[in-house]
Amino acid sequence: MPTMTLAKAINAGLRDALAADEMVMLMGEDIGALGGVYRVTEGLKAEFGEDRVVDSPLAESGIVGTSIGLSLRGYRPVGEIQFDGFVFPAFNQITTQLAKLHARSRGQLTVPVTIRIPYGGGIGSVEHHSESPEALFAHTAGLRILTPSNPHDAYWMTRHAIECEDPVIVFEPKRRYWLKGEVDLESPGTSADPFRAHVVREGADATIVAYGPLVPVALAAAEAAAEDGRSVEVVDLRSLSPIDFDTVTASVQKTGRLVVAHEAPTFGGLGGEIAARVSERAFLSLEAPVIRVGGFHMPYPVSKVEGQYLPDIDRILEALDRAFAY
Amino acid sequence: MAGDLPTTEFDDIPEELLYELEALAHERTEGHVNMVQLLDEEGRFLNRSHFAERASALSVDELRALYRDMAMIRRFDAEATALQRQGQLSLWVPVRGQEAAQIGSGRATLPQDYIFPTYREHGVALTRGVELGELLRQFRGVSNGGWDPRQNNFHLYTLVLAAQVPHAVGYAMGLQRDASRAAAAGRAAPDPAAVVAYFGDGASSEGDIHESMVFAASFKAPVVFFCQNNQWAISVPTQVQSRIPLHNRAKGYGFPGLRVDGNDVLAVHAVTEWALERARSGKGPVLIEAYTYRQGAHTTADDPTKYRLTAEEESWLAKDPITRFEKFLRAEGHADEAFFAEVAAEGEALAAKSRRDVLAFEAPSLAAEMQNVYAERHPLVDEELAWHLEYQAGFADADTDSVEGGH
Repeated sequence: MPTMTLAKAINAGLRDALAADEMVMLMGEDIGALGGVYRVTEGLKAEFGEDRVVDSPLAESGIVGTSIGLSLRGYRPVGEIQFDGFVFPAFNQITTQLAKLHARSRGQLTVPVTIRIPYGGGIGSVEHHSESPEALFAHTAGLRILTPSNPHDAYWMTRHAIECEDPVIVFEPKRRYWLKGEVDLESPGTSADPFRAHVVREGADATIVAYGPLVPVALAAAEAAAEDGRSVEVVDLRSLSPIDFDTVTASVQKTGRLVVAHEAPTFGGLGGEIAARVSERAFLSLEAPVIRVGGFHMPYPVSKVEGQYLPDIDRILEALDRAFAY
Repeated sequence: MAGDLPTTEFDDIPEELLYELEALAHERTEGHVNMVQLLDEEGRFLNRSHFAERASALSVDELRALYRDMAMIRRFDAEATALQRQGQLSLWVPVRGQEAAQIGSGRATLPQDYIFPTYREHGVALTRGVELGELLRQFRGVSNGGWDPRQNNFHLYTLVLAAQVPHAVGYAMGLQRDASRAAAAGRAAPDPAAVVAYFGDGASSEGDIHESMVFAASFKAPVVFFCQNNQWAISVPTQVQSRIPLHNRAKGYGFPGLRVDGNDVLAVHAVTEWALERARSGKGPVLIEAYTYRQGAHTTADDPTKYRLTAEEESWLAKDPITRFEKFLRAEGHADEAFFAEVAAEGEALAAKSRRDVLAFEAPSLAAEMQNVYAERHPLVDEELAWHLEYQAGFADADTDSVEGGH
């Protein structure tokens, strides 16, 4: 089983998808000769040609809008939005068009478009390059949203997103692009269903739900908690729409305590949705209120202070302390 | 003259047409609009344009069919307006005045072409063979679409202004790839096809129009941008959208643009046919600005008396596309009283059928709508659907009124 970085795993997923189906094509800014600003598409234009790996004009609404048109002609376009904060020019196309076409055509039309968005902070970047806008899209019916936390998932989520008949947004945790791990290119194994959450660490006393870039942070927090004698389970959500509430609920029923962590601002974030659902499904199992750890209600801060904004091990441990205080 | 145009992009255009296009680009006298026109307001044929020979090539049957289509859509439009006034439709978007722009352009398309309409292209829908009653479903509140877009290559109406235009360009990029894939695989080339993207003078200000034109130009996509400038974006005149004639914008993107008299069905047909042939042969996009007038309200919820003068409306009535074409057909001896009577009777039948269709529409179940949100199973939808069905089932023993109240 090869070991590769998360970025390379996505690259391999895109290459294999292009090779498997001639209707698959990529479109985005600088994805051709440069291979994308994060080199995720490196080598693909040389291998598959400019008709299938398209350096688009610098226009996000155009990338998504033309991808919709291509999908109506039978293609399976994969659009790259260069950075999270630049998706908003395409927000109209994604929410009013892409998400709704299947429904408004009563199922006659499918728009199997994949949109890749590098997201999240922690890399010391400039304004608009560190955001986590996933809740805005999870709120929109008609879209599916995936976010890998490790190279194996990154490969298979890329493949699954492209094969899915629904539009899928893949939020790629950019600060984990260089995270290495084994990738089974032959078989997805337990990743066969991209919409299932994974219990990535078993525990008995509390559950941390995290996704994307915060999964390694949650695992490290659980490790630190273990040193204090607390057995903490970690759930990698993997899919943000749909959310696998069965796995989350089962974990909470076992542990009785839940901390949800994401980089996105807490207010109106997915943590609130998870807290509400868990309180409905597992109210009598809860030993404490669901505690959320996330960004503050402010624009993403300048990078010199992003360490105080982003949930880290200590903030998750502090949240666990609060949960255990009940 | 031609030096003003990036001629290397337009090598395929004959010199006399290039001259005509360039002449069209300049407003010479106040109040005079330069545009391709083959019929004057009295319906007299003008043989002064490069496009005249295309109109001359139409058979009498084809000419009569153009009239018939325009008359049909006007009658249908009147019926739909009446249905709204009678409370049978929640809203209607009248097309009166724009029949020539829509029938002329729609009849220039081939079956393999694909059309992306706005929400007012009732005339184009007719030319594509869409059952007109289906257009009314949206306005009756029983569907957000109504017809199968794949059957007639006529996409669903799009209500978000200009949002369908990048779809059109993407579809055209798909056509290009179909051709190159066929060539690579040694398969027979598909019939050359093109896409028509409809939008209006108001939508021309939307960013999606700009992005679409950039993509289309850069990739030489086989798409015709068909802008119906009906002078008013609800209450805002075209001058607020553009300080230059809209078709002149094409030059900035590097493809030809021209203005046609949108109330002259022969001119619209000829110009669109030319643009489509050009697009199908791989020479890239064209912007057509059809200069026309929305004789009625923007929608049945609008009140044009608040923002425009009766004198303006009357001046445009004198340019009415159907009256003008009727004069032409009569003067040329292409149609007699019997023909017009026959068309009128056919219009009445269409109106009656459309009314029957509307009254017979059944509302879908919310449950069925929920099941169409995703193409593949989605657990949240399944869960909410199950809850909804169970909740509704709780009313099973109640009387009919309370079941309806539960929706």
